[in-house]
This record gives sequence, structure tokens and C-alpha cells, in this order.
Amino acid sequence: MVAQFLRLKLTLLANTLRRSVWQVIGLAVALLYAFGVVAFLVATAIAGGGRDPVVTGHAITIAGALAVLAWWVVPVFAFGVDQTLDPQRFTTFAIPRRTLLAGLAVAGLVSVPGVATALTAAGVSFAWWREPWLIPAALLGSALGVAACIIGSRAITTALAPLLESRRYREVLAAFAIVPIVLIGPAIGWISEEIGAVSSETTGDSVTVTADGSVLGAVVARFGELVAWTPLGAAWSLPVAVHDGAWGAVAARLAISLATLAVLWLIWDRSLAKALVTPAVGGGKGARSKGLGWFARFPDTPMGAVAARCATYWIRDPRYSAGISIIFLMPVILWLPAQSAENLGILLLAGPIVAWVLGFSVSNEIGYDYTAFALHVATGVDGRADRWGRVLPVLYLGTPLVVIVVLVAAALSGQWGVLPAVLGVCLGTLGLTLGVSSVSSARLVYPVPKPGESPLKSPQGAAMATMVAQMLAMLVVAALSVPVVGLGIWALTSANQLVGWITLLVGIAEAVLFLVVGVRIGARIYDRRGPELLQQVQGFP
Amino acid sequence: MTFETGPQTGEPAGGRAPGTPSDGVTPEPTTTRPPDPGAALSLRGLWKRFGQKVAVRDLDLDVPVGSFYGLVGPNGAGKTTTLSMATGLLRPDFGTVQVRGTDLWAHPEQAKATLGILPDGVRLFDRLTGLQLVTYAGLLRGMDRDTVAERAKSLLAAMDLTADANTYVVDYSAGMTKKIALASAMIHAPRTLVLDEPFEAVDPVSAANIRDILADYVTSGGTVIVSSHVMDLVQRMCDHVAIVGAGQVLAAGTVDEVRGDQTLEDRFVDLVGGRTRAEGLEWLHSS
Repeated sequence: MVAQFLRLKLTLLANTLRRSVWQVIGLAVALLYAFGVVAFLVATAIAGGGRDPVVTGHAITIAGALAVLAWWVVPVFAFGVDQTLDPQRFTTFAIPRRTLLAGLAVAGLVSVPGVATALTAAGVSFAWWREPWLIPAALLGSALGVAACIIGSRAITTALAPLLESRRYREVLAAFAIVPIVLIGPAIGWISEEIGAVSSETTGDSVTVTADGSVLGAVVARFGELVAWTPLGAAWSLPVAVHDGAWGAVAARLAISLATLAVLWLIWDRSLAKALVTPAVGGGKGARSKGLGWFARFPDTPMGAVAARCATYWIRDPRYSAGISIIFLMPVILWLPAQSAENLGILLLAGPIVAWVLGFSVSNEIGYDYTAFALHVATGVDGRADRWGRVLPVLYLGTPLVVIVVLVAAALSGQWGVLPAVLGVCLGTLGLTLGVSSVSSARLVYPVPKPGESPLKSPQGAAMATMVAQMLAMLVVAALSVPVVGLGIWALTSANQLVGWITLLVGIAEAVLFLVVGVRIGARIYDRRGPELLQQVQGFP
Repeated sequence: MTFETGPQTGEPAGGRAPGTPSDGVTPEPTTTRPPDPGAALSLRGLWKRFGQKVAVRDLDLDVPVGSFYGLVGPNGAGKTTTLSMATGLLRPDFGTVQVRGTDLWAHPEQAKATLGILPDGVRLFDRLTGLQLVTYAGLLRGMDRDTVAERAKSLLAAMDLTADANTYVVDYSAGMTKKIALASAMIHAPRTLVLDEPFEAVDPVSAANIRDILADYVTSGGTVIVSSHVMDLVQRMCDHVAIVGAGQVLAAGTVDEVRGDQTLEDRFVDLVGGRTRAEGLEWLHSS
């Protein structure tokens, strides 16, 4: 049965590749990149194992724990989980849930990150080549660690999905994000204290933890030893404990990692059982809205109608809310490093970042519309109305928002002098990214979660196309923003007021220019490719 | 006017023997009869290929003004592909589409202005309320807000959706969704309505109401094209019918001409073929 899941996943993958050459190229690039990283990590581990196996073992423990953490947390914020094998699709087959879970878990390995993690985990086990009798223990630890990655990511996304699909998405995500952010400050303090303690110990000659006695080795050993007792690192630290002959520790860490797996499995099992009988339903049940809403406020032209529809979606559609939540998190995220670096000027970065996020948020609008876009093609909306309509709500809302963010940041940091330069960079970025988005959303459409689907689901085979498309658009933005950002940096470093004001003027001019040109090019592409765009979204898996 | 195409259509493109599977034929422009500028919809030599599969092959069709035209055919016959190409949603590989003499693919905005389209298998902007969706469709057509408001109100009343005007479309049932999509297609008073499977998932009462609305519309000079699997419905409702199979029109004309002295369903099965007797399914018998 598990083998069948594996075969199904491979068949589905092969079929996606058969659909388009770009998917093949994307996958090839991703694999090449992943194998490069794997080879580098394995080679480093084996070289380290030749010099000092124990420190290397501790380093592997720390790296492994970070990998597990990434597998657990990243899908919640970015990318989502590959839903090629959506458990919902197996409901009618009466597959025992235990078999279903095992099949899904194994099939979860068949993805670029999955294969890369498994290969790296297996490869770094051979860091113990000087003491080959430890390699089986290392392989066992790696297997448990990879299992924790895969099962943990599934368990956490499945368990959180009902929360994140609700209308309180923003609040939930924000709450989930704030916990680690709040912990950063104390963590940095604690880590530096520990490092201080370790270095005083080693320099004080009281403890010689490592063969070469380096402070770095001691620090790594110290943290490795600590992480080894957490659910994240226990599995990875098995070979170190075996090497030390600390059989009590071996048993305890084995127990920790097995218990972690058991708990994760249980969470996954329970939440999947619940999810299978309560499929996601979009929207709020029986929710109502009075009258025309935004449609009464925007002008009654096709352009105004598109703008009103987009404004409504920004508020109503949880898939858009992720972008908004980041905007409100930005000041919090920047506050801590600004405080620890004792330079509140860092806060001024919030402006350009918010501008960039806002502008970029409309870079795949038609992908978000999905086949509802047929209405635009059927009614023959022209490119100008469609493009401007999608840009205007962001422009109306975004411009004052960016200005407010910059003003607040300037007030908090007291650096009023740089205000014109920063404002120029922000407005320039907003106009530029909106212009580039207008072009890219008419040219590069890629699959996103469909309307009503969980924002956590990443559509089958989409990751590569998404990344390539976004990367291209970002490169263009980066290249085109050189003049104003360059001026801005000059203004900031030279503290020259005149250059600051010039930056502001150039930023505004650039914003207008790139926005108008971008929308015009985008409109032309849209007019030419409307039906093709529709066919493209209809072809999404 | 009736013409039997199908097996003996012009030159069988690519030397195809009648009845062979539709794969492996290369679409090519064909010289055919000129389009009929007086027809509500006139399709000539339409081809569409998806990968290796030819969905529509050299299809000709004329829909007279003021007709209630049924398009019937088995699953995968190319009905949706044909209607998508006829309404500007899907660009044909070859062939022309004329809407009352206007070339749709050369002047899409003019031609689309007179068409009301209910596509099958696409979603709606379902985070809008029913009223907002219909309003959106009207405003996209360039109508002013007052006219849209007035018409939206009467359309919602006609579709029996007034009570749900402020409910989000995502919470509508399948039948209500069809009705709101139909209302969106009619808001700009099109001269021709092209409806792909309008009665799918619609309950009998609503279907009867929709039929009345469409019949009224035809009486007042509009043209309606519907695709359907339900022969009985087409025989009762439509005055013209085209039977489509394997991407071609197998028979077209008034309902009486096409069916002769048979029922439409029997005629359809004769033309399309593919009736099999259920043999070898004895294991399915529960006793």
C-alpha cells in the first residue's frame, strides 16, 4: 500500500513534467541546486569528521535540529505543504488511516526538499568514518530525524489548517509569528552568556572539551549537548552519545525522539481524522453583507469596478491576508534588532519593505482569480481597465500607509533629517513594484491556492514555477530601482539635505514613470493574451 | 435549412476514414463556405487541438437570429470547446467566428458586447454577494450604476434570488450559483445568449423558471444557444438543434428536420453510436 502511494506520487510528478518543458527545467535547476547544497554539507561533515568527530557530531546535532525546526515552521508562513496527495482525495477509498498516514509520510519524501534532507542526513552519518562502528547509530539517528521533519511538517500544517482557514487567519498567524520573535531577544542574551561562560572555561584551562581546544569547538559542543535533549535534536545526537559510551543518555535521547515522533503522529492522525469529515468550506457560513460595498464607492466604470472587486477581495479573501499581516508585523520584527543594535534608524527600513510587499502582492492577480477570470474575458474588459483596476486599490491604500510608516519610523528614531530620502526610496519602490507587477501578472501566471482553499496548501508542482516567476520579477525590480536606491544611500551616508530632496523628487518621478509604463505594457500584453491567460489558469492542477 | 455533415464532410482532412478516433490529425485551415453575416452566430472551419487530442475539427455551424438552438453531444464531443471559441474565451487554432457579421476574433470588444455568456466549469468571483457579482458584471460591460442597479434588482427577482442578494456567492447552492451566473450573463441585455449546460444541478422548479425566462427572451427577438446532455429537454425547449460528435457537427437544422420520425434521443444515438449492452457485469448483481 505504501509502495502504491509512492508510485502514485511519482506518476503524478512525471505527469506534471510532461505538461510543460518549464516544469522540467525548473525541477532540474532545483535538483541541481539541492544536490550542490547536499554535496557541500556532506563533504563538510566528512572533512570535519576527519579532524574531530565529536565536535562534528555536535554540529550535526545543531544543524539537524535547525532543519527539523525549518520543516515545522516554514510551511506555515511560506510555501505551504505540497498537496499532490491531498488526503481529502482518498476519503472514498476506505483506506485505513494508519496505512494512509504511512503512505503520505513516505510519499512526502518525494520532493526536492525531502530528497535533499534525506540524502544529507544519510550522508552526514559518514562523518563517523574514523569509527565505523558508530555509523549504524548515526544512520538510525538520521532516519529518526528525517521522520521528525516530514511527520512534523504534516502534523503541524494539518492541525493548524482549520485555524488558518478561518477568517481569523491574520490574528492566528500573527500570534504564531510573534512567539519566536519575542523570544529572539532573550535567546540572544542567553546564547551570548553561554558563549561567554564557555570561553572563560576553555581559556581558564579548567575544561578541555575539544581536541584542538578551540573556543568555537567548545561552544559547538556546549550547544550540541543542550540541543540533544530537545525533541528537535535528540535523534541527531544519538551517535555522539554512543561514542561517549553514555548508555543512559543514549536510551533517554532515543526515548525523546521516539516520543516526539509518537506525539506528532498522534497529532497528525487526530487532526487528519477531523479534517477528513469536515472538509474546508470557503467563506463564512451564512455571512451577509449589505448593499454594494465598494462597488458603490468607486466610479461606475469598468476600471472602477475592477478596483472595487479587488478592494473587496483584499478584505474578504484569506489568501490576500497573509500579505497584509506581514505589513503589520514589520515594525515589530524590526523593533528588536533595532533595540539590540541600539540604532533605531533600522526602523526606517520598514518603509521600503512595506512598499515592496504591497507592490509585489499584485504580481499574480490572475492566478488568484483562478477561472473566475473568465468573467473578465467574457465581458471583454480592456487591458487598461483591468490593469489600473488592480493597481488602484493598492495605490490608494498603500501610498498613505507607506508615508505613515515612514513618519512613525522617523519619529521613533528621531532621524528627521533622512525623511525626504527615505520617503523618495519608498514611493519609488511602491510605484516601481506596482508597475513591474502589472507586467508580470499579465505574463507570468503561476498556480496559487485556489479560492476557498487553505492558504497552507501549495498547489502541485507549483513551487518551482512560483520561484522562477517571482525571481524574474524581483530581478527586474532590483535592476530598475538602482537609481533611486543609489541616490537614497548617497543621501543617507553623506547626510546631504540637498541629495535627500533630490532623492524624493527622483523617487516620485520614477514611481509615476514606471507605474504608467508598466501598466501600459501590462495592458498591451493583457489585450493580446486574455484568452491564453484564461486557458493557463484553467490548466492549473 | 438542414445539412448533414459528419462522415461525408467535404474533404476528410488528412485522409481520415470516417469514424476513426480523433487523434493524430493535424489541424489545417480549410476553404469552406463563407460565413453567413445574417446569422446570430456563424462558425466556419473551427479547429482546436490540445496536445495530441483534436477537440474540434473543421466545425461549421450557423445559428439563425431568433432561434432557440440546442447543442447536444456525448461527453468529450467538443461542445464546451466549441462554445468557448464561439464566445471569445478560447482562441481557435484555425477558423472564423462571426457574430451577426462581426468577426469575433478580429474585433472582440464589438462582438462580445452583444453576447451574454454562461461558461461551464469556471468559478465565479464568489467572495462577492449575489448582488455585487451581478453589479460587477454590468459595470465591467461599461453600464452606468443606476441602470445596473435597476436591472440587477429585476433579474434577481426573476431568478428568485432576492432573499439571497446579500449572501456571498460562495455560500450559494449549485443551482443558485448557476442562476446568479445566468443573471450576470443577461445584465447587459445581450442579443445572443450562449449558455453552456445551464440546467446542470438546477432543481426542476428553477429550471422551469429559467426556461420561461429564456422562452420570453427568444419571443422578443433574442437568440439562445444552449448545450445539454438532456435530449428530452432540448426536444421540448429548442426549435433548432445540432448534434456534435468527435469535434464535428453530425447533423444540424430544426429539431423536426434532425430527428425525422424518431425521437431526438434515438436519432442522437444512431448518429453518435457507442451504445453497448452491459455484458460481463454479472458480478455486480447483488443476488
